[in-house]
Amino acid sequence: MMQPADFTALLPFLIITATSVAVMLLIAVVRSHRWTVGLTTLGLTAAFFSLFISLRVAPRQVTPLLLVDRYALFYIGLIVAGAAAVALFSYDYFEKKEGRREEFYVLLLVATLGAAVLASSSHFASFFLGLETLSIPLFAMNAYLPDRKRPLEAGIKYLILAAVSSAFLLFGMALIYAALGTMSFRRIASLLAGDQPMETILILSGAVLILTGVGFKLSLVPFHLWTPDVYEGAPAPVTAFIATVSKGAMFALLLRAQVAAVNPTLQTAALIPSAAAGDPAAGPIVFLIALIAAASMIAGNFLALLQSNVKRILAYSSIAQMGYILVAFLAAGRFAVETVTFYLVTYFVTTLGAFGVVTLLSHPDREADQIDDYRGLFWRRPLLAGIFTAMLLSLAGLPLTAGFVGKFYLVAAGAASALWTLVFILVITSGISVFYYLRVIVALFANAEPAAPIASISFLGRGLIIVLAGLLIWLGTYPTPLIRIVQAMAAGVG
Amino acid sequence: MILVWLILIPLIGGLLAWAFGRDGKNTSRWISLIAVGLGFILSIVLWVRNAGRVMTFSAERPVAWLEEINLPWIPRFGITFHLAMDGLSLLLIVLTFFLGILSVLASWREIQERVGFFHFNLLWVLSGIVGVFLAVDLFLFYFAWELMLIPMTFLIAIWGHERRIYAAIKFFIFTHIGGLLMLIAILALYLIHGRATGNYSFAYEDLLNTPLRPETARWIMLGFFASFAVKLPMFPFHTWLPDAHTEAPTAGSVILAGLLLKTGAYGLLRFIFPLFPQAAREVAPYVMTLGVIGIIYGAFLAFSQTDLKRLVAYTSVSHLGFVLLGVFSWNALGIQGAVMEMLAHGISTGALFILVGQIQERTHTREIDRMGGLWSTMPRWSGVGFLFTMAAIGLPGLGNFIAEVLVLLGTYRVSVALTVWAAVGILVGTFYGMRLVQKVFHGPNRNGWTLPDLGTREILILVPLILTIVWLGIYPQPVFETFQATMEALQLAAGQTAVALGRG
Repeated sequence: MMQPADFTALLPFLIITATSVAVMLLIAVVRSHRWTVGLTTLGLTAAFFSLFISLRVAPRQVTPLLLVDRYALFYIGLIVAGAAAVALFSYDYFEKKEGRREEFYVLLLVATLGAAVLASSSHFASFFLGLETLSIPLFAMNAYLPDRKRPLEAGIKYLILAAVSSAFLLFGMALIYAALGTMSFRRIASLLAGDQPMETILILSGAVLILTGVGFKLSLVPFHLWTPDVYEGAPAPVTAFIATVSKGAMFALLLRAQVAAVNPTLQTAALIPSAAAGDPAAGPIVFLIALIAAASMIAGNFLALLQSNVKRILAYSSIAQMGYILVAFLAAGRFAVETVTFYLVTYFVTTLGAFGVVTLLSHPDREADQIDDYRGLFWRRPLLAGIFTAMLLSLAGLPLTAGFVGKFYLVAAGAASALWTLVFILVITSGISVFYYLRVIVALFANAEPAAPIASISFLGRGLIIVLAGLLIWLGTYPTPLIRIVQAMAAGVG
Repeated sequence: MILVWLILIPLIGGLLAWAFGRDGKNTSRWISLIAVGLGFILSIVLWVRNAGRVMTFSAERPVAWLEEINLPWIPRFGITFHLAMDGLSLLLIVLTFFLGILSVLASWREIQERVGFFHFNLLWVLSGIVGVFLAVDLFLFYFAWELMLIPMTFLIAIWGHERRIYAAIKFFIFTHIGGLLMLIAILALYLIHGRATGNYSFAYEDLLNTPLRPETARWIMLGFFASFAVKLPMFPFHTWLPDAHTEAPTAGSVILAGLLLKTGAYGLLRFIFPLFPQAAREVAPYVMTLGVIGIIYGAFLAFSQTDLKRLVAYTSVSHLGFVLLGVFSWNALGIQGAVMEMLAHGISTGALFILVGQIQERTHTREIDRMGGLWSTMPRWSGVGFLFTMAAIGLPGLGNFIAEVLVLLGTYRVSVALTVWAAVGILVGTFYGMRLVQKVFHGPNRNGWTLPDLGTREILILVPLILTIVWLGIYPQPVFETFQATMEALQLAAGQTAVALGRG
């Protein structure tokens, strides 16, 4: 039986679900882009504030499937805020398109719901359900502009990839279920922490298969091959959504598993059995993750050097960023939660800002993704170009921006856990990464003939990127408030 | 608060210059001039106020701060907003604002495009440099260290010459990777200190007494050193410098040579020996050898350049070799010489870059072969040029001479062989000096140049530089006195009994 408190805990989920239904009904009655976006944003805002109500009953296990604790609520907050930003950017983007644009927001809301489920799942079933709820709307969102070739290609690529990765995930889960006879993270953790004899081979291969599925979603090397094509092909706001919300949710789940594995007394999941022995630097799975992290940092940054398409540059850069996060991910326990979460927040702000600028300059007919589209932009659109510069500098990790503090956090976490090799790779590759960010920045400031006039940008879109830029500077110069929140949250997990 | 203002004035001035850039080019120029002027007045006030003040320091707290401000910033990591000034930072800040004023004046006519944004970048570089000279929290130091790179890169990339993009990106990547290695070293030091004492802090004074195993100390020292060596620049990490200097606009070159390179030297003095005395002594012979190679190599390459600006750039490699030599000899004479060289090189090279900028404005070329016989048409410009060429090759009576002699005396106590080779380097220096004087000023005016000589504004820029370089050459005592206490404190921090110069 579900208690009333369970419904309080589930309030954010209920509000997002209700909003998606309401938006669907609204479209049936009146096709108004403005109203649809308004209702979507309103619903997401309500969901965001309902988090504070849910916080009162947290932590709470709602059915065996969902665990609503501080950690989950924090990540849901991040996801919902990210989704709201994407919705607002989508308004500017799709406003330039004729007809049939309202359904996009239903898809967006459903995908957001899936991401929220991922962030709070405590069972393989909810893990899988959340993942599929997130992925399936994304196929349609990728291919939302069917009269263009690239989005269709992106949609199909993403569909096939997601299907394959789901298959891997399911198989991995099945193997672990076969070995342990349970799918609840809590049970798995306690079984792994116990000293009963187990079929280690089954668990290990299960974990590797799950890691493969997760690697696809996070576009880690060597599972990254889809990323540049989908980033390039998808409509700009969808790319922003994939880059932030989808990956953030996956990291939320992964991180919970990691903390549990390193510290088995925590009653959550243990997907990294070898690390359960207490030594986080040992074991084949940890080694594998370290390898993936190194490969992602190296491949992401070096391949980005070869690109001339801004969306592809950002795609490869995001592969590298995921690699960076994995370094902190391998750090010890609570510090890992703190670092990864802080970095993810800065990554959300930065990536949304960067793709926000791309979105505002793009058309449903043509994406502004060639470097030439940005040549001399600073002298025509100083605000947009200035903010884009700040976002790129943040991705590169330079001072005054959030990315600087984020990268400092990462290096500190890596150094504190003595992951020197990974820290060195991080530092060297991120030094190289500056090259391609600078190339875009230099183009922004180049002397150029005024290109085709840029479509007007709504007050809303402009306001939003200014807010994101403000957050960027604030986090870059005075991160203490966010650090306090993240610390309090990490204390709840560990 | 006065220290915070030293950083804030250029920051705010930069924003204002940018904001009012649209109202006319002269508005931004005057705003920046007022901002750097205010900074200069403030730093002079500080100098006068602290002149003759006796500093106390002990082996437990070997720092001689004249001014200090300490505010909490990111308590999670024990990071504070901690600024402090001693004699060394004071001298360098005076130099910063002095060259800042001249940079603004030198770009008055040269920069006609995007004037507001230019001054924004110029002032923000200065602000970052002042931050580097003042920060005594290592995180804050790294913050300022990285902060000054971006506007500098913009200065080169937007207002530079033909190959500006290449030069800007090269400059940025070299210094950025160096900086990141320093970040690892800072973090390692922070963690080791925290684990040993339970006090996780980035404060310079705390970290001075970190117990380190020799092996660890060597690695961490190398991390710091990598960053400073690139910035200095030490041979063989100097390859970014000729490109950056040559492509940058005049003001950019002045700031690069006069100030940015000094941040590397400052880092060596402030951090390497005091934090890692043992490890620093171990590597000293190698570093000093590289310094000597830099002196000779830089002088030879300067000799073989056909581009006037590139020539001046390579002389910087040569002169900074002396700084390296002086610092790593780590005795009173050597350190005095290194600091003197930092100041004198800032003045003389700054002046040379301004002179090259003036000739380029008139002839639109920097090719030495296309000049010749300029004395007949521009006697004033040539006279000043002659003076600063002589300063650069170390003519007695000018600042560089004092510096180089002191460095040689300091090195002599450590290694006779290196002293001899460094002296040979000075000799090679006279070759490029003579060649420059001969090819540019003297000889027949084959190209038939008829150029306007220096105007009032241009003379106004050069006169203070002339006065300063002569002053440093004839009466350098005030500089030594300002720096005396700091030097003793630094030596004490490095576990050495302070040796006072001129006090027996």
